[in-house]
Amino acid sequence: MLDILLSSLGQLFTLSHLLFMTLGVLVGLVVGIIPGLGGIAGMSLLLPFLYGMEPTVALGMLMGLVAVIPTGDTFASVLLGIPGSSASQATVIDGFALAKRGQAARALSSAFLASMIGGLLGAAVLTGFILIARPLVLSFSSSELFMLTLLGLSMVAVLSGRDLFKGLAACGLGLLVGAIGMAPATGEFRMNFGLDYLYDGLPLVVVGLGIFALPEIIDLLVKRGAIAEEPCNLGEGWRQGIRDVREQRGLVARCAAVGSLIGTIPGLAGSVVDWLTYGYAVQSAKDKSQFGKGDIRGVIAPESANNACACGAMVPTLLFGVPGSGTAAVFLGGLLLLGLQPGVGMIETHLDLTYTIIWSLALANILGAALCLVLARPVASLTRVPFATLAPLITVLIMFAAFQATRSAGDLLALGAVGILGVLFKQANWSRPAFLIGFVLAPGAEGYFYQAVQFQGTDAFMRPGVLIIGALIFAALFIPMLRSLWSKRRQAASVGAAAKVRNEPPTLGIIDVVLFAALLGTAAVAWIDMADLSLIGGIMPRLAVAILAVSCLMEIARCLMHRPQWQRQPIGLQGLWLAGFFILIGAMLLLGFITAVTLFCLVFLLTIARLKPWVAAVMALGVTAFLVGMAKFLTLTYPSGLIDPWLFG
Amino acid sequence: MVINKTANSSLSLGRLRKAALIALAITGLSLTTSVQAQDVEVPGNIKWTIPFGVGGGTDVWARFFSPWLSKSLSGEPTIMIDNVPGGGSINGANLFALRAKSDGSEWLGTSASTQYPAMLDDPRVRYDYSDWTPILATPTGGVVYAQPRLGETADTALDALLEQPVKLAAQTPTGVELPVLIALDMLGADVQAVFGMRSRGEGRLAFERGEADIDFQTTSAYLSNVEPLVEAGKAVPLFSLGMLNDDGKIVRDPTFPELPTFNEVYQARHGEAPSGKEYEAFRKFFASGYALQKLIMVPKDTPQDLIETYRQAARDFVNTDAFKKAAAAQLGPYTPVIGDTVQRHLDDAMSIDDATRSWLANWLQSKHGAKL
Repeated sequence: MLDILLSSLGQLFTLSHLLFMTLGVLVGLVVGIIPGLGGIAGMSLLLPFLYGMEPTVALGMLMGLVAVIPTGDTFASVLLGIPGSSASQATVIDGFALAKRGQAARALSSAFLASMIGGLLGAAVLTGFILIARPLVLSFSSSELFMLTLLGLSMVAVLSGRDLFKGLAACGLGLLVGAIGMAPATGEFRMNFGLDYLYDGLPLVVVGLGIFALPEIIDLLVKRGAIAEEPCNLGEGWRQGIRDVREQRGLVARCAAVGSLIGTIPGLAGSVVDWLTYGYAVQSAKDKSQFGKGDIRGVIAPESANNACACGAMVPTLLFGVPGSGTAAVFLGGLLLLGLQPGVGMIETHLDLTYTIIWSLALANILGAALCLVLARPVASLTRVPFATLAPLITVLIMFAAFQATRSAGDLLALGAVGILGVLFKQANWSRPAFLIGFVLAPGAEGYFYQAVQFQGTDAFMRPGVLIIGALIFAALFIPMLRSLWSKRRQAASVGAAAKVRNEPPTLGIIDVVLFAALLGTAAVAWIDMADLSLIGGIMPRLAVAILAVSCLMEIARCLMHRPQWQRQPIGLQGLWLAGFFILIGAMLLLGFITAVTLFCLVFLLTIARLKPWVAAVMALGVTAFLVGMAKFLTLTYPSGLIDPWLFG
Repeated sequence: MVINKTANSSLSLGRLRKAALIALAITGLSLTTSVQAQDVEVPGNIKWTIPFGVGGGTDVWARFFSPWLSKSLSGEPTIMIDNVPGGGSINGANLFALRAKSDGSEWLGTSASTQYPAMLDDPRVRYDYSDWTPILATPTGGVVYAQPRLGETADTALDALLEQPVKLAAQTPTGVELPVLIALDMLGADVQAVFGMRSRGEGRLAFERGEADIDFQTTSAYLSNVEPLVEAGKAVPLFSLGMLNDDGKIVRDPTFPELPTFNEVYQARHGEAPSGKEYEAFRKFFASGYALQKLIMVPKDTPQDLIETYRQAARDFVNTDAFKKAAAAQLGPYTPVIGDTVQRHLDDAMSIDDATRSWLANWLQSKHGAKL
């Protein structure tokens, strides 16, 4: 045993291994920073070189890439409000809020340090755990997995706070949108309205970008100014971030532990872990008022979890050949190309390689986070640039990212459609995370529920694991409620003035009214569309419709009972920008992506950002060069339109 | 051309004509020599569309093959793999059918999940296998195995299988498990398929957790992940699907020579060889999903010489020891099938008569509650 550990350690520090691992780290950082590419694009860049390489060296390269992707994507999440990949969605909420408060450097440095520590803890846990992981992974049956998705969904209640019904309605809509496509139980197609694009359901990247990134871009354009609304001191912020992690070391350790354990459960991994840990950070905080407005704990918790999760995800990948995440799926392909079959063999005959993999992860984490920490300060100064200058670049970036999801025009249109929803939600203050959580967990909740019932019948819900997770859900939902009730009562008894806090009237605005109408309409249309679904295939979307409709009606009833406080919710300018966005999509489809992008950047930078002509031209050409270069290196394609084939082949 | 230019710069018309003639002769000569050397011009760049995501089974398969194919073609063309995932490979295949040039510079890699929807008349399918010509096919086998609680030996487990309902974790009603489901039904087993697995690996996990009573894996996954279970007494192999010989007959799988095929088990249990529409359906879906699981296709109008060149290139390396050694880990112990044999088996497999298809639709509806 010891000799295997030592030989893997020796292998780790050979020159060729270190060199290729560094190469993997660099590639991983580049594709991690560019939103929408993530691990899959990075892997496809490296895979062609893999066949015929020495396995230990090749594994080092792959692990370098896998390890730093959840690190690199933090840049886009924090600075631009773009969820780079599914692992960094929760980071957007407080990370971007901090950037707007002029604390981007702080958010970044603490995110990277938390990532590094999380990754190291994950690797340390994995070193021992991988030997005994088999029985534990096997003890998670479909019913436990279903309960875990429920635990994830219960975070909706935690995150929506006072506007519980709006949060539930958002979640219901998310569940409904997540149910578009094939029913896992029967293979029926649901709610595709005859559109080929909807047969696979909406891609997560497109929904994430539409719900978070596009509304933020439009909001910043309407407000003018830079991303950072308050003056910022990058150097001080950078050091503050490091101090924050030191102060929150308990949170880092707990989230890393949760991340590495959840990562080991096949089929769930990345999609719940950031929300679970974010929800946990909110729950465990004494002062919750700053979450969503820029609380550093909202950055530290998911970031320390997601790198640990990437480590944990190696367990099902290596031991069972069942990848725990999208990146792990590609990594699995890499293993097969190297002639390694995942399975018990990875422990019995290739244990040295397994340890090389685990420790490469740890080493790459250190390297990647260190590089990011160095970069954090200069890159954070982006938030001081007038936003109108950045806007066209970011818009192109998210459209580029969205289009890589399935490479069809539908991606861009879906981005716009989800963007409309995002703008409405943002302006009316409905919970966008609740929508995303519903969307992400819909397939898992449905699939695992059906499997649990089919495999285990009613016994499914009497299993000890199920009961334990059920207790956790109960605790997550009710303990804070009881606690706040308790403290309020004590306050009321001693001060007698806390009553007004509880009976705050609901707020209502024009967008709320529009949303109620639109959501109830959606519910009706979806209900009609589901008329000829079989019982099993239709149960989940019907449940989603029920949640959506009932929560909307409850909120309406609440408004009717307590006189709502009328709120002005401006939407005119936002609507104009959205219309512009759709015109841009139209131009892309008509003229071709690259041509339209070049023209758009040029015109925007000249007329709206009012840059000097030569600066605008250089920036527009830079974007063109980026797109053409990406197409060459990663064999990507764009909507070709009428002009692109002439100009760019 | 160079000669032409120098001739131009110097004087007389006669010399010019002469030089032009010489130039013509030289180009002509070089042309004929090149034809003799390599028969046809192989494109310098070949775009190989893989309608699956990066790192998936078919992607890895293509990445394994591309250096071998490139090296054995003259001029070592660059083979560029273009992943177009979506719709379970339907999107990529549709795009290929719509856009691919037939000058030999575009290939398509298909798999069972590309073949099946075409055979089942899926409304999303806008491609037709008769528009394409196969270069090479790689087969795979598969084994059905059971929990030891059903019986310690294959025979007792099979007996138990026929007496009580059993559960099997599958992906979709029309996924790669389809021939297995048909086979088990023909034997008389009452199989409750639990759908919704995202891969065969997840199905195996359900088996290992004890949730599924029986399971099925293709050869490479069986060798690496199920054989250890069999050795530990946690799984009992029942039968293999077999392998197609050159005459299109199902014979024992060379990887599992000691394991009976489904046909043998059926014969032993029913006293006659399997037949009827259900066997017809089994045989065709087995052929297109297993015996020809993954295919390299080119558009039908690709020049015949070029098609032959590609096929010959494949023949040149598949029997070398180096390839066999490398392929053992990737493809299992099967030799790729090349050229006309593939065409014959493919034509047979892809042509399903309406009676068989309507039997299948009824069967899927009544047994698994799935609509075609």
